[in-house]
Amino acid sequence: MAKSTSSTQKRRSGRRSPLASIALIVVGLLSTGGAYALFTTAATAETTVAHEQLTEEGSKLFAANCATCHGLDLAGTEAGPSLIGVGEASVEFQVATGRMPMAQSGPQAEEKPVQFTEEQIEALYTYVGAQAPGPGIPDEEYLAADGDAALGAELFRINCAMCHNVAGAGGALTEGKFAPSLTGVSAQHIYEAMVTGPQNMPVFNDENISPEDKANIITYLTYLDENPSPGGLSLGNLGPVSEGLFIWIFGLGAIVAITVWLTAKSN
Amino acid sequence: MTSTDTHAGTTTGATGNAAPSAVVPTRGARFTGAAANYIDERTSISGLVKEVGRKIFPDHWSFMLGEVALYSFVVILLSGTFLTFFFEASMVPVEYDGSYVPLKGIEMSAAMASSLDISFDIRGGLLMRQVHHWAALLFVASIGLHMLRVFFTGAYRKPREINWLIGFVLFILAMAEGFTGYSLPDDLLSGNGLRIIDGMVKGIPVAGTWVSYLLFGGEFPGTEIISRLYVLHILILPAILVAALGVHLLLLIINKHTQFAGPGKTNDNVVGAPIMPVFAAKAGGFFFIVFGVIVLIAATVTINPIWNYGPYDPSPVSAGTQPDWYIGFADGALRLVPPGLEFVIFGFTVSMNILIPLVGLGLFIAVVAFYPFIEAWMTGDKREHHIADRPRNAPTRTAIGAAGVTFYAVLWAAASSDLIATHFYVSIESVIHTLQALLFIAPVVAYQVTKRVCLALQKKDREIALHGFESGRIVRLPGGEYIEVHEQLDDYERWKLVSYNEYKPLMIRPDANGKISVLQRVRGGLSTWFFEDRISPVTSTDIERSHDSSH
Repeated sequence: MAKSTSSTQKRRSGRRSPLASIALIVVGLLSTGGAYALFTTAATAETTVAHEQLTEEGSKLFAANCATCHGLDLAGTEAGPSLIGVGEASVEFQVATGRMPMAQSGPQAEEKPVQFTEEQIEALYTYVGAQAPGPGIPDEEYLAADGDAALGAELFRINCAMCHNVAGAGGALTEGKFAPSLTGVSAQHIYEAMVTGPQNMPVFNDENISPEDKANIITYLTYLDENPSPGGLSLGNLGPVSEGLFIWIFGLGAIVAITVWLTAKSN
Repeated sequence: MTSTDTHAGTTTGATGNAAPSAVVPTRGARFTGAAANYIDERTSISGLVKEVGRKIFPDHWSFMLGEVALYSFVVILLSGTFLTFFFEASMVPVEYDGSYVPLKGIEMSAAMASSLDISFDIRGGLLMRQVHHWAALLFVASIGLHMLRVFFTGAYRKPREINWLIGFVLFILAMAEGFTGYSLPDDLLSGNGLRIIDGMVKGIPVAGTWVSYLLFGGEFPGTEIISRLYVLHILILPAILVAALGVHLLLLIINKHTQFAGPGKTNDNVVGAPIMPVFAAKAGGFFFIVFGVIVLIAATVTINPIWNYGPYDPSPVSAGTQPDWYIGFADGALRLVPPGLEFVIFGFTVSMNILIPLVGLGLFIAVVAFYPFIEAWMTGDKREHHIADRPRNAPTRTAIGAAGVTFYAVLWAAASSDLIATHFYVSIESVIHTLQALLFIAPVVAYQVTKRVCLALQKKDREIALHGFESGRIVRLPGGEYIEVHEQLDDYERWKLVSYNEYKPLMIRPDANGKISVLQRVRGGLSTWFFEDRISPVTSTDIERSHDSSH
């Protein structure tokens, strides 16, 4: 009796013990979780390494090309503004359009040939984005120019045309600053300009103009780029001034040449 | 051509009666003869043809500028008629559903929608719109150049002062036509232009606000203005314009055309081609050339792309918003007024920033309109003048003209101050400040420089008339002396250099009471200013003397 009791007790404390299934679950969870953790850690480690390389390269490029004005700590100097909070989009826009680094001080940074390769630009914006988080590189879905051109045109007239002109031909601002022409500007740069407000441009954040509406504006500008003026030569889309110069110089010029020809004495 | 027909008819009759054996007229000639006779018996038109058809027009390229204006006006009438078939002058809001994608579904006025339909959905509509607008720009431009020609040759002098005034009215009417037409499509650009007009009207003390409400049928922009401007644009303004144009041409025929001095061309005759048939044929051909140039421009160059501007909405204003060129001087004046000139009196704001340009331009325009009368009074010249002056032979007048042109040009440039800033990489403030200074300095400089250049050219003419050209041929005389042979002008060429009137400052004389009034003193002063610096024309005695001395 005592033996049988002890054997049942032994059996209960063995693999048929109620704790056994719990232990099994614990072991199972630990092993799968651990393996998962192991694998995922390896993956993050890899991206981290790449990210660190980019950041490091970006850091070097920044120190060599930007820090003179913007400061090694990105907090700006007397020569250049702070970059705290500018984000990746701003750096990509400024550097990939050639505006930064500036060739010289002036009313505003002007577009010029790009100074860096795409990889270097990525390194730069990754570095600055990591140090000073802000608006990121825009999603591809907003850059396809497949939105509503009519709505985009209306938003453009209301929000952009007072500086950039209705046809995106650009216009003058105060003190030698100007709103540049938007002809031929890539969708990504237009988007980035709207979210970051480069130079004198105000920021149009997502509360102000939603990403979908930004995509509509890009659709309209792309339409203007892809479709030549239905009326013939556009004369730079500058309006009545270029039309007036044209009629005086070429229109009346041609007519006066004809009158001189008509009244010339035959030789 | 009518004239030729009439002559053929009379010839036929004469040969038929007097000499039956003479050449038998062809069937065509007999028909035109009979037809001309038929019309003449019922209208007595041969008298008119005889009178008008024999009017002589002298030949000079600058005499054709007025014709250019006339022909572009005909082109405007033709293309404008086409546009009225399709344009809907209404501000009723509609949803655009035409072909232009970036405006589809946008609410706009019926005027804007129909203008877009003319541009995109009516065959030939865009060409006609562009012909109409380019022709309008050319119309005003050629009027401007025509006026400059008349001014600088002194062709407004007696007996043509009144025709100058009528021509001036035509110029103002052309600008009014242009501005009302510019506003009709109800696009963003034209709405901005109307807003400026509204602002200028409202800037007039006391009456301004009332006038603005009357004009727009309530607060700007209202729902009336387009249909009202349309009536002005296609009915009353063209009617006045055509009437004034008729009087202008009638006076041209009555006064005869001026001509430049030349052998056989005197103050009492006109040398050139008669209207019938030479001038009429030339003019007819020239009409088609002008038409052709306008259509060529309209077919290749965009004008007023209303599809870019979009429908009018009072909130947006595009960068680079300007009026058409002929309103530019007024826009420029508004841009050049320095800020901070407004003041408040008895609770009313007096907008000097608007009143100064209004009054300033009003004075400028008044001087232009009445210049012939002012000059006639200053010079005391009551003779008739049918010989056009060479600009250099009236240095003070030419200098005044140059100063006026410069003043206008500075205002004109100011209207494009923003484009000057962006295209020449300068700041807009410096453009404005430079033009503000130039508005006062440049006319003075232009006056002085032009006057000196004119006098120098007159001296050169005198030198050439007296001594001829240096031929570069050196001859050694028997006595060992070297001289350069001067080539003398032939008499025809010399005539052009020496035949102009010499004026002298007025001698002020006391009136019946033996007093010299202040007005007379002013007049004497002005006359002295006008004629003090002058080069006397070469007389025949001078020429003979110079020939004697050179041989």
